[in-house]
Amino acid sequence: MNAFSAILVRDTRLFFRAGGGAFLALAFFSSVAVLVPLGTGPDLALLGRIAGGVLWVAAVLAALLALDRMFQSDFDDGSLDLVALGPLSLEGVALAKIASHWLATGLPLTIVSPLLALMFNLPDRAYPALVASLAIGTPAVSAIGAIGAGLTLSIRRGNLILPLIVLPLLSPAVIFGAGGVLAAIDHVANGALWFLAAFSLVAVLLSPFAAAAAVRLNLAG
Amino acid sequence: MLELANPKRFMEFSYDVLPWVAIGAAVALCLGLYLALFVVPPDYQQGDTVRIMFVHVPAAWAAMMVYAAMVVASVISLIHRHPLADVAARTAAPLGALFTALALITGSLWGKPMWGTYWVWDARLTSFFILLLLYLAYIALWNAIEDETRAARACAILAIVGAVNLPIVEFSVDWWNTLHQGESIFRAGGPLIAPVFLWPLAIMSVGYTLLFVTLWLLRIRTEIMQRRIRTLTLSGDGHG
Repeated sequence: MNAFSAILVRDTRLFFRAGGGAFLALAFFSSVAVLVPLGTGPDLALLGRIAGGVLWVAAVLAALLALDRMFQSDFDDGSLDLVALGPLSLEGVALAKIASHWLATGLPLTIVSPLLALMFNLPDRAYPALVASLAIGTPAVSAIGAIGAGLTLSIRRGNLILPLIVLPLLSPAVIFGAGGVLAAIDHVANGALWFLAAFSLVAVLLSPFAAAAAVRLNLAG
Repeated sequence: MLELANPKRFMEFSYDVLPWVAIGAAVALCLGLYLALFVVPPDYQQGDTVRIMFVHVPAAWAAMMVYAAMVVASVISLIHRHPLADVAARTAAPLGALFTALALITGSLWGKPMWGTYWVWDARLTSFFILLLLYLAYIALWNAIEDETRAARACAILAIVGAVNLPIVEFSVDWWNTLHQGESIFRAGGPLIAPVFLWPLAIMSVGYTLLFVTLWLLRIRTEIMQRRIRTLTLSGDGHG
């Protein structure tokens, strides 16, 4: 097993073990989704219309929850120093950690989303768009989240400042993701999912460099 | 330019330049405001509310210009590891946040009589709100990291990531919804706006730019002096 897959497997396992954040994120996702009808009232027509947006916002918030685990625990116990000395560049490490974060948050959220969409009365024709948008878009959430996780590494209460950094940067993902679901409801083709795919690709390609630079400056000195 | 990288040279240079820039800013702002408030005729559609434009548009330009200045300083700080670039980037951020807030506030004051509401989720408004959030995140990140050089480099990375992402945000929000009038000044085929409005606007823009330079230089000087005081106090303590 090479260094990349070793980190990928190890981190994914840690995310799914007790207190790792994967199940926490899933539970958080559901709780946010339940609060929305309580706030807006149980009008099924309205809920069906906003389902895509609500699930997207909930998914982004839920994925943020597990972000502080991405580098923090390895940084605290010193294993990040060893990984940095290892054969894999920090950019590769960042990519492996982004992938494992996505496997632990983005993928389960995508799988559970149709169930919650059912409770939100999402029109049948929009289900493929919802699942596709989350599957395409959540890697961008993990990737841009990695930059925030790297930047806030040396801050004691970094998990408070992390959302402030990451959420504004993620607005395109929410716009295109929820926009794709709305387009499917309205039977229009506006290319939202293609834009989302482009955004996600760029984010996954560029974020490891920024995240690695952020981790590196926190390891130095 | 490179000679100014020496903090001592910078202090000498900025000491000489600062009064002139400040006077220039005051003159341009007074002249621009006089023209905007008393000389410019009311717009045939917008009436007197058109005067808000003269404080609104230059604030929005300044907000974007400050971000650009911050990114340039951040790139220099990452490549050359120069403390003066760190200070320049750091001190620009609150000014940028202020101009962004000013643009949002004046815009919403104009929106109430014109659009019938203080806030609409229009593309330009939303992307400026996101710009404000980015400024705030930058300032918060800087304040949260205790180590000065580490904070400088982390914030430089954030500023550059933001610069890559901002055009995407702008595009996505445009795609999402737009109500704001299109670009009427920097467009192919010349400005759409009447010269009687254009001149005060240009003067106000110069005024805002000079105001930013004045405040920026002042803040950089203050920061450098504070660091000197800290060093002196520390060495004083060392001698008992």
